[in-house]
Amino acid sequence: MEHITTPKVENVKLLDRYANRKTANGTLYLTATHLIYVDASSEVRKETWILHHHIASVEKLPLTTAGCPLLIHCKNFHVAHFVIGQERDCHEVYTSLLKLSQPVKPEELYAFSYNPKMSKDNREIGWKLIDLKVDYQRMGIPNDYWEITDVNKDYEVCNTYPPEIVVPRAANKATVIGSSRFRSRGRIPVLSYLYKENNAAICRCSQPLSGFSARCLEDEQMLQAIREANPGCAFMYVVDTRPKLNAMANRAAGKGYENEDNYDNIRFKFIGIENIHVMRNSLQKLLEVCETKSPSMSDFLTGLENSGWLRHIKAVMDAGVFLAKAVKDENASVLVHCSDGWDRTAQVCSLASLLLDPFYRTFKGFMVLIEKEWIAMGHKFSHRCGHLDGDPKEVSPVFTQFIECVWQLMQQFPCAFEFNERFLLEIHDHVYSCQFGNFLGTCHKEREDLKIFEKTHSLWPFLLQKKQELRNPLYKGFTAYKELQPNTLPFSFQFWCGMYNRFDKGMHPKQCVLDHLLSCMSQKMKLEDNASELENKLPFLDGPLPSEACSLSKVGSAASKTPLLNTPQDYEGEAPPVLTNGISVGNIDVMADVDQKNKENLSNHQDLPDLNATNVLDSEAKEGEPQCH
Amino acid sequence: MEFAELIKTPRADNAVLHGPRCPAVRGTLCLTGHHLIFSSRRKEGGEELWLLHANIDCVEKRFVGSLGTIVIKCKDLRIIQLDIPGMEECLNIASSIEALSTLDSITLMYPFFYRPMFEVVEDGWRSYLPEQEFELLSSVTDEWRLSCANKDFSVCPTYPPVVIIPKCIDDEALRKVAVFRYGGRFPVLSYYHKKNGMVMMRSSQPLTGTNGRRCKEDEKLINATLRPGKRGYIIDTRSLNVAQQARAKGGGFEQEVYYPQWRRIHKCIERFNILQESLIKLVEACNDQSHNMDRWLSKLEASNWLTHIKEILTAACLAAQCIDREGASVLVHGSDGTDSTLQVTSLAQIILDPRCRTIRGFEALVVREWLQAGHPFQLRCAQSAYSNTKQKWEAPVFLLFLDCVWQILRQFPCSFEFNEQFLIMLFEHAYASQFGTFLGNNENERSKLKLTQKTMSLWSWVNRSEELARFKNPLFEANSLVIWPSVAPQSLQLWEGVFLRWNRPSKFLDEAQEEVLNIINYNRELQAKVNALRRQLAELETDDRMQENLCGTTPTFCHILIGFPKRQCPINCHFQFASVLLPAEGQRN
Repeated sequence: MEHITTPKVENVKLLDRYANRKTANGTLYLTATHLIYVDASSEVRKETWILHHHIASVEKLPLTTAGCPLLIHCKNFHVAHFVIGQERDCHEVYTSLLKLSQPVKPEELYAFSYNPKMSKDNREIGWKLIDLKVDYQRMGIPNDYWEITDVNKDYEVCNTYPPEIVVPRAANKATVIGSSRFRSRGRIPVLSYLYKENNAAICRCSQPLSGFSARCLEDEQMLQAIREANPGCAFMYVVDTRPKLNAMANRAAGKGYENEDNYDNIRFKFIGIENIHVMRNSLQKLLEVCETKSPSMSDFLTGLENSGWLRHIKAVMDAGVFLAKAVKDENASVLVHCSDGWDRTAQVCSLASLLLDPFYRTFKGFMVLIEKEWIAMGHKFSHRCGHLDGDPKEVSPVFTQFIECVWQLMQQFPCAFEFNERFLLEIHDHVYSCQFGNFLGTCHKEREDLKIFEKTHSLWPFLLQKKQELRNPLYKGFTAYKELQPNTLPFSFQFWCGMYNRFDKGMHPKQCVLDHLLSCMSQKMKLEDNASELENKLPFLDGPLPSEACSLSKVGSAASKTPLLNTPQDYEGEAPPVLTNGISVGNIDVMADVDQKNKENLSNHQDLPDLNATNVLDSEAKEGEPQCH
Repeated sequence: MEFAELIKTPRADNAVLHGPRCPAVRGTLCLTGHHLIFSSRRKEGGEELWLLHANIDCVEKRFVGSLGTIVIKCKDLRIIQLDIPGMEECLNIASSIEALSTLDSITLMYPFFYRPMFEVVEDGWRSYLPEQEFELLSSVTDEWRLSCANKDFSVCPTYPPVVIIPKCIDDEALRKVAVFRYGGRFPVLSYYHKKNGMVMMRSSQPLTGTNGRRCKEDEKLINATLRPGKRGYIIDTRSLNVAQQARAKGGGFEQEVYYPQWRRIHKCIERFNILQESLIKLVEACNDQSHNMDRWLSKLEASNWLTHIKEILTAACLAAQCIDREGASVLVHGSDGTDSTLQVTSLAQIILDPRCRTIRGFEALVVREWLQAGHPFQLRCAQSAYSNTKQKWEAPVFLLFLDCVWQILRQFPCSFEFNEQFLIMLFEHAYASQFGTFLGNNENERSKLKLTQKTMSLWSWVNRSEELARFKNPLFEANSLVIWPSVAPQSLQLWEGVFLRWNRPSKFLDEAQEEVLNIINYNRELQAKVNALRRQLAELETDDRMQENLCGTTPTFCHILIGFPKRQCPINCHFQFASVLLPAEGQRN
């Protein structure tokens, strides 16, 4: 790798920002894909892996007596604070990481080199796992009112939409084309979700090019067609998810919002969700709060408030709830847009679908939802996640907010989702990891141009393989809850420690109910097998007694024992340390265990069975330490 | 009886009840001496509300025309509204409720009238006696003794008649120490850490005053707990400033010159009206129905409730750390030794001692460290978050303790035998109860009230298997380790089960709890089934061997076999048995 000048640096310290007395000393390696830190100070080998693509920023801090500090912030909210002995080493690692974390060309992305040794056929099957047509069929489309059209097959109508889109049957090609000329970037109104029960639909588009007075007959016809596709309701909502001021400002640029006088029977409504820049700054403030060293409760809560993060999360949730209620309670169709219709619109439409349809709360359904509302409809993952060296002002945690909204729903409805929090975190990791092709590029056309379907792998089959650990043991099944009506009073929203302080294990509950229940589930399967085996043996007794009598009980208790990662922390606060002797050191084995988990989270290729397990470390294992290519 | 005089209108028909989280119901309101009863007229699923007057924190009335509305705010934080037709009836009922909910004589309280509808299997008044605690202690150490110096409450009016003190201190010395400590609260044993023999003691502040008084017996008493050459820690729950100021009023703190083997740490925990105001602000924030996130967060912050939680937990963790990690003994006190001191000592025990995380152990802890230790429940829990009357003795000290326990429970969900409901139940009963347990301010008062004879103990009710079933944590697996909670702000949460209980639906959360229970119970049943099947197989095997040894006892053998399922023909099986078990026999020998 041309960017790596110093593949290995020894005597590197890794500071634990949660409990500053635990400082590790070890070796730092740079490989083509990862930064790997091996802690030599503990007896058990303990590794920290950081994917280059996950690195959001690298900072060289002022020199200290201990050495040259290097602070790495990751997109999955991991923060690593290294101290490197030699200033020169530090600088070389720094410049290498800057380049490695910000590839210039798409071909440099991990997905194009990631090789899990999977057959070509299997890879293709993987890409076919999610088929949006099947989901439209599930909604009953095509039907009398809606059709799947290939009018965009050559991306002539809209180059950020997929080739196949769902539009009202009543809207002919002229209407579609006409409407596309009146919508920003040609993003015409298309169907997002059809609520079969009452034919109310959620549609999405971009802002109209209305300026102060412009109108477009075809666009008006298009909206009429959407409204008439739902004969049960005389009106439809048009929801602009921007704050009113922003929308009005857009009029000066020849864009704007629908004039109620020009469209028949629409009810126009603003739902103020802030733009990507506000969201980016908000997250930045939130992370600063999360990183504050031993903050007081007051510091934390004030910081949380000032970041505005939960206010934004609530705004997105409120909008989703409004849509779901309009569809279910008022039988009304809703057309949603923001400016371009690929950020806030994606958040709100996917959230409403999730609230209305239990299918989207299953593993498969959630994958479909992301493919449909985010990937296919052109959420610009590449720009929003900063996959490539580009405009930092395009980066924004829009998808993170959606994932958090789902998590907030999980807190209110613990039995309604087939998957657990870890599934969300896995997806969030891989949106940034560029290890799989799904989230590369900005739209379907670009992904075709990048040949991701031929050259990369799809994430979904890999996640399904891990279903056992990603499932929700409390899930009550598809039919237990239909529509969800979440409480959106402010106190219903919690700070998501598992996301933003995910790598500060000391802050998390020391015993994990999820782990406990998952082990119960696997124990249950074993017991059921055991029981039926024994029952079969009883009448016939065709062999000597198995000697596993004691092994089962062992399995049971071992599986349900949650490791106790537990040492006292600095309870003394800012006062000088009182407890001079006997500084406590955690259980080393357990620490290693946890770090192993971190590593797995970071690089999920590690634990996929038939894949090249350590594609980074494979060749270098010979000498017992990683090298660079 | 005087109750009848207080009840001006005993009954109102056609009243409408608006409760939290349920639609309005029309029905009849009745007032009795101790309860407000509302029953809806609908026969099916006839809803009845029984509200203890003692649970009522405040009553507000409003009128629109001749329709009066009474808003009742309860100590358990619930708010209900009653619409009563007729202005006079409404006024009468409101003033009756007000009078009945503020009776000033303890002996008029419900526990003195309550007759249990259940059979008392175990008298809770005798469940946790200091003598039993001492017996447990003397099985591991003989350095302590039970002193009856306070049997008539003359040495310390707020201590129980018997206390545990170092063996080398005689009652005479003890009396001298009592004079040197505020309210006579001399240092007593709070906890003995079996792992290393270190102890935690608690007391009140020493009365050093401005001229630095000392008391050799006091020094001797606490030094008796130190190992040779070892230092101990004094955790003062006041800030250094407050402790210094206390000297002007005759109080003070242990000075280094007289206690050279002790290191003093000041960990400030707030008290009295500051805590009460914090509770009032928090509850006000939780009841705010506005959709403004910033307002909610700033109100939550301004209430300082979670700040207090963090302070208390931090002090408790520090005490536990000194004992377990430093191998040092600890003395905890604030000024009176009846509030923050008890929060720290009891939470430290939950961290250190697995027994305190069981139901019985926790009950024993509440009895030992709160009731017998003289936490003035009657004063502290007289009013809750809604009261308008400013009295300076109310403070949610016990509620804060329970909240801290909940925080630890949340971080160690598998280490506690009890669940959140158990803690909520204790909160409710501390403020209003049919049981006598939390009446009075100390053992002295309780014995004067003859509570053990005249009222029922809460524990007599809780410790019945029917009730216990509701309070058991299905995830519990005995964990003998010390559990260190995190006190980072990110790790501490608002206790929704208490503070949002009436403001949000709990259906989906309850369902999740049920599901957890189902999963665990199903596994237990499966395990039992597998064990039973194994036993059956093993029995078959041994029976068969017996059969082989005692040739000709076939009838008995067949008799046993009949009990087994899926058995078709004993004779046939007999044949199979003989053939298959032969190799097994061979292996065994």
